[in-house]
Amino acid sequence: MVILTSVLTTGALTLTACGSRDDSGDKGGDSGGGTTLTIGVDAPLSGENSTTGLGIQYGAQIAVDDANKNNWVPGVKFKLKALDDKAQPATGQSNATSIVGDKTAVGAVGPLNSGVAQTMQQVFASANMVQISPANTNPELTQGKNWQTDKKRPYKTYFRTATTDELQGSFAAGYAYNGLKKKKAFVVDDKQTYGAGLAKIFAEQYKKMGGKVVATDHVNTGDKDFGSLATKIKNSGADLVYYGGQYDESALITKQLKDTGAKIPLFGGDGMFASTYIEAAGKSSEGDLATAIGVPADTLPAAKQFIQTYKDKGYKGDYGAYGAYAYDATTAIIKAVKAAADANGGKVPTDINDLRSKVVDGVQKSDFEGLTGKISFDEYGDTTNKQLTVYQVEKGAWKDVETGTADLK
Amino acid sequence: MNTLPQQLANGLLLGSMYGLIAIGYTMVYGIVQLINFAHGEIFMTGAFGALTVYFYILPDGTSMALAVPLMLLGGALVAILIAVGAERFAYRPLRGAPRLAPLITAIGLSLALQEVVRNFYPGADRARAFPGLDATHDIGSITIKDADIFLILAAVVCMAALAIFVRRSRTGRAMQATAQDPDTAQLMGIDTNRIIVIAFAIGGFFAAVAAVAYGLKYGNVDYRMGFLMGLKAFTAAVLGGIGNIYGAMLGGVVLGIAETLASAYIDEIPGMQQLGGQSWANVWAFGLLILVLLFRPQGLLGERVADRA
Repeated sequence: MVILTSVLTTGALTLTACGSRDDSGDKGGDSGGGTTLTIGVDAPLSGENSTTGLGIQYGAQIAVDDANKNNWVPGVKFKLKALDDKAQPATGQSNATSIVGDKTAVGAVGPLNSGVAQTMQQVFASANMVQISPANTNPELTQGKNWQTDKKRPYKTYFRTATTDELQGSFAAGYAYNGLKKKKAFVVDDKQTYGAGLAKIFAEQYKKMGGKVVATDHVNTGDKDFGSLATKIKNSGADLVYYGGQYDESALITKQLKDTGAKIPLFGGDGMFASTYIEAAGKSSEGDLATAIGVPADTLPAAKQFIQTYKDKGYKGDYGAYGAYAYDATTAIIKAVKAAADANGGKVPTDINDLRSKVVDGVQKSDFEGLTGKISFDEYGDTTNKQLTVYQVEKGAWKDVETGTADLK
Repeated sequence: MNTLPQQLANGLLLGSMYGLIAIGYTMVYGIVQLINFAHGEIFMTGAFGALTVYFYILPDGTSMALAVPLMLLGGALVAILIAVGAERFAYRPLRGAPRLAPLITAIGLSLALQEVVRNFYPGADRARAFPGLDATHDIGSITIKDADIFLILAAVVCMAALAIFVRRSRTGRAMQATAQDPDTAQLMGIDTNRIIVIAFAIGGFFAAVAAVAYGLKYGNVDYRMGFLMGLKAFTAAVLGGIGNIYGAMLGGVVLGIAETLASAYIDEIPGMQQLGGQSWANVWAFGLLILVLLFRPQGLLGERVADRA
């Protein structure tokens, strides 16, 4: 029913969008005044997860600014339409509907949360519009519900520049077992699509390697008091806590755990890899670990200019986790628009639906050097760049300790 | 290792915080029969008031022994101001209106307060660090930190002071009279408006004390912190018998301990593995509330109230 409604709304909006004011830019296309094309961004821009969400928005903004300044697609100006999904699936879905309803929109970047992406995919697929997430890591999004046994791509319009939790969870398990030499883990998750999936993969891989999962527990997002959980962890004999979820809860868990006198590190995924985690947990976060996709942005020569621009503009939020990935995702869309224009004798196809489907094909064929490495996608829409990095909190800042690719056992 | 004493301490601490907030619900309800759903947000603004004192008024490096009382003062000032302001401008005009009207106003006010803090307080759209009292002490098999000691002491002192105030002082007796029958109390020469303002102010003050304790304990505060805490405190007030100030404290402690024990031990019972753990704590706590209300609809310490003529 939800899907039907969204398809109908999408259709209705596409049909009625003729009267939107963005049209004026469209018609001026021939006179050299330039066409304006919109790239949608959807991420949590306020509230929970907004530190990393804003990183996505501003990463995409810098890509659009670069494209406009360097005139990447002659005669075309790009603009960003950033929408706040508040990390809520329903809001993400209505944002997706609003983006596809915009007749100048050629593609979208986002969202941050895998759970939000699940509700957006269908909307973009029905409009045949490309969506590239710089941050979603849940395997189901590209490889279908039965990804462990039978991989099947559900939507051909969905891509991501982030690698999957299958690799992230395994990479973390490998580092915990072999790198940190921790043999007993207490696994906690927040029951969300991302967190529960990641924790499950970590536990499976960790056990296969020979580690022991002493206990598991789940928390609710929004909870503040983890005193009872902290006491349980302390007395479980675990020498490591693995947490699947975001920094909002994990920062409180680690603080309350350290308050009990326990001296065991908390290890998490990229949802925790934000400066806010350290700010909120204070000294308790010292020694905690997180995996994040790709290699550290500041070690990439190509990203230097990007980081400088980000700082110069005084943007809030965190480019560290996904900013550079959002930049690359946006660039992939822009390059696909250019490819469509080149194939059309240098002019962007005037029919938006035609353009959108050409952009989907163009993104699938992406092959260029981005800030984060080579950008190309496999047959599922997953990035071919499978690198991951473990970070550890050292003197109040995230320091990268190991970069590599995961070995699946 | 036996974890029960530690878990009981965890529950008692959480419960004391619920209890302190619950006082605000209970006093206001006892006197004007209004459930002030914005009370959780009054608690939240108290935390931001204290935060302001620490970060923007006190010089860097002020010792916590001096800072905490001043933060309490700042937090209390803000919370009382907002509580009394809410009474004066949001609830008083609706006195005498159908019950539903002030209830809806309260919900609107709570959202408004959240949005105001989120939009206008610097950096408040996400969690803001709050100075902590993190030094820990081992007492037997229990580990507690300074913030926990502060919380327990504050709860005990506040409750004792309130009990003496309500029983012994002239204003306290006037309060009891107003709670029993506002119209007759007014005929006896009691300024009921003043009494209602005092009830709101006391509720705000207690909420501010809880808010400072919250900040010191958890190390950060955010604009949404009042929602869940407010809901739990309201539950505590109902559990203890809404309108009864001892009930509020007792309800808070019972709720806190129930929640903690449920999250700690239910999953160790054979066959209950799926129903235990942190994420089920609320289910058990609210289950307990339902159970108590089935057998004692007036709450643990509440009295059956005769219908007003």
